[in-house]
Amino acid sequence: MTSTTQTRAVTLPAYSHGIGGRMAASMSTPGGAIFLLAAALLVATIIANPNFGDPGVIIRFLGRTAPIAIAAMGQYYVIVAGEFDLSMAAVIAAQVVIAGNYIGEDTSRNVTGLVLMLLLGAFVGLLNGLATTVLQVPSFIVTLAMMLALTGLVRHLSGGAADAPPNDDFRQMGRGVVKGVPVVEVIPYPLIILAVLCAAAVWLMRRPFGRTLIAVGDSPDAARIAGARVWWVKTQAFILSSLAATVAGVLLVGHAGVHPTVGRGYEFAAITAVVLGGVVLGGGRGWVLSAVAGAFAIELLFTLLTVLDIDATWRDSVRGVIIIVAVAVAARAWTRGRRTGSATPSNSGTSDPSPTTEPVPGTNTGGI
Amino acid sequence: MRRNHLKGVLAGAAALAVLTACSTDESGADPGADETSDGASSDSEWFAQADFDQQREQMDATFEGNPDEPWLQYIDGPMTDTSKWKTDKPMKACFANASISNPWRQTGWITMNQQLKVLEDNGVISEMETRDAGDDDNKQIADIDYFISEGNCDAFIISPNSTAALTPAVERACETGKPVVVFDRGVETNCATTFIHPIGGYAWGIATADFLVDNLEEGDKVVALRILPGVDVLETRWGAAKKIFDENGIETVDYFTGANPEKIKSIITDEITKGEVHGIWMDAGDGSVAALEAFEDAGMDYPVITGEDEMSFLRKWEETGLNGLAPVYSNFQWRTPLLALEKIAKGEEIPTEWVLPQEPITEEERDDYLEANNGMPDGHYAKFGGEDLPGYPDVWQERQIP
Repeated sequence: MTSTTQTRAVTLPAYSHGIGGRMAASMSTPGGAIFLLAAALLVATIIANPNFGDPGVIIRFLGRTAPIAIAAMGQYYVIVAGEFDLSMAAVIAAQVVIAGNYIGEDTSRNVTGLVLMLLLGAFVGLLNGLATTVLQVPSFIVTLAMMLALTGLVRHLSGGAADAPPNDDFRQMGRGVVKGVPVVEVIPYPLIILAVLCAAAVWLMRRPFGRTLIAVGDSPDAARIAGARVWWVKTQAFILSSLAATVAGVLLVGHAGVHPTVGRGYEFAAITAVVLGGVVLGGGRGWVLSAVAGAFAIELLFTLLTVLDIDATWRDSVRGVIIIVAVAVAARAWTRGRRTGSATPSNSGTSDPSPTTEPVPGTNTGGI
Repeated sequence: MRRNHLKGVLAGAAALAVLTACSTDESGADPGADETSDGASSDSEWFAQADFDQQREQMDATFEGNPDEPWLQYIDGPMTDTSKWKTDKPMKACFANASISNPWRQTGWITMNQQLKVLEDNGVISEMETRDAGDDDNKQIADIDYFISEGNCDAFIISPNSTAALTPAVERACETGKPVVVFDRGVETNCATTFIHPIGGYAWGIATADFLVDNLEEGDKVVALRILPGVDVLETRWGAAKKIFDENGIETVDYFTGANPEKIKSIITDEITKGEVHGIWMDAGDGSVAALEAFEDAGMDYPVITGEDEMSFLRKWEETGLNGLAPVYSNFQWRTPLLALEKIAKGEEIPTEWVLPQEPITEEERDDYLEANNGMPDGHYAKFGGEDLPGYPDVWQERQIP
């Protein structure tokens, strides 16, 4: 499953229906359907309360959701490689508290502080990755331990209480907006950062690294035989995940301020977003932008429940049911997609080094 | 393999659903999961009309003692005879603290440590052994039992984490026959030598709700941001405020935020979008700045707001010129337990229920408090009452948690 075979596969049936046909084909996969779900939730929210249809409100909502979408993108790299990262929320909290403590009011520390935070993020990811790949400890355990270690650090640094936010210049990244934009009034900086990261992610997933990452998640043995350095590819995925958490932390400290609870629950929200986006737990399938759409869908679901004034007692249940249904539908869609995809089911599937003979658009090919 | 794949997905989904369900209470991404139903606040568990009426009276009561030392003032009432504990020898104090996990407790903890230095120098207290329960009832019960069996304590100071759960442990401390000083949050027993607290949660609720009612019209909407459920001093704040809002036709919706500024901003942003919000009521000032920033980010006028005497709120209040009130849950009460031990060592009688003054900071007084606390960090509380202690103001400005 190298990049050459992918890029030359121009005559595949899925590509033979023109743009419209390809779009329709994409939307019928879980990775594409999540966009329809997000759109449906947005429409439902606007119907429930027309105030949410205001372009200025929508753009601000997208801006505020950017950190969780970025976290979902980071989690995507790890999940598509067949692992988990439970340390994300703790990384966010640690970065937020460090921003408050180290940078604070001192604008001259903004750049060094940011570099320091990114280095720390990369280091955490490196540790997660090496412990998972070289020491062969399940990532579930490794990242859980990392979460505990970082939570302890946060408690030590903050005493568990709020601190003064960093200076307003640093907060601009998470709180600033481009003013005077027609129709939408403003464009929040976090949304611009998210757009840039989305573009970078799409590019990265079309590079050999992205292809190898999916191959490693699909079948590490096959990837190893094909010459991939599995341990390094997975470690890079963990580094990307921690860096995504760091960026989310930078945006959140700007948006909200310094509190040890900032980012709490982000690891599960990100995993949920990735799964809702049709990315298969266990790795090997899924499109990065579907994870982003999954994050927006979850946040829209929360907002919809707020708008509908759903009784607090029932909110969690409603959300749980919706998530289970969405994931079950996604799982069914995958099996249907595979049945039509391969002409004859193979009995020797377990040792098949290349289980997908035909890329499904909008999923592991990054189509549309 | 195909079947296994499907099974894997479903198993993963089930696990995920469980995980998300477990994590939702604290989910930072969730703008409103913890909104309580409207009926909860009138729950009799957290609202007693007699206490409400009593605290309304106490708000106008005369306090005994020197007004320049409010941490020693009290409302006249039954006294505890402490002559049996009179001693010339320095006492070892054992302090079971609920936590220092919010700025209010951190400020008080710093003040308490400075007060301790004075009493150690005076030879009243030999040392104070402190155990921090980290907001955990079980940990605090274990801490108290440790103090009882192995602490070699001459006196206990307990700041309970929660009301019902800590009652038996406090009773066990009382059974040792040594002085027991309880302060801040209460317990369901009268066995303590003294229970030190400001007037209370009802008084907070009355002062804040009266202010909002005076400054709003009937039918206006107030969003109440609450930190956490189940703590008496916080529940009664809302219980009293909700009653007054309901009586005056103010529409309310309340949320638990865990003081998470991200969650607060999401809640407020959604509420502003749903419809006009005229007032913000906070059960503690922690996070009031985030709430106000949500109005700024949406390009809306500031609401009428009640925060707290935390510097971050007082500064924001002054900068923006908004219409607000800073209710006070007297932070200087953290000095009183140690001063109570000093009185016990002298054999002086002390109030059985030591009710300290509790007065909000109004707009007229605000600038005086800002000036008096100039240079203090954002998490500092204006009525911390440590101006005459050693180390002032550096110790509070540097805010090194002991």
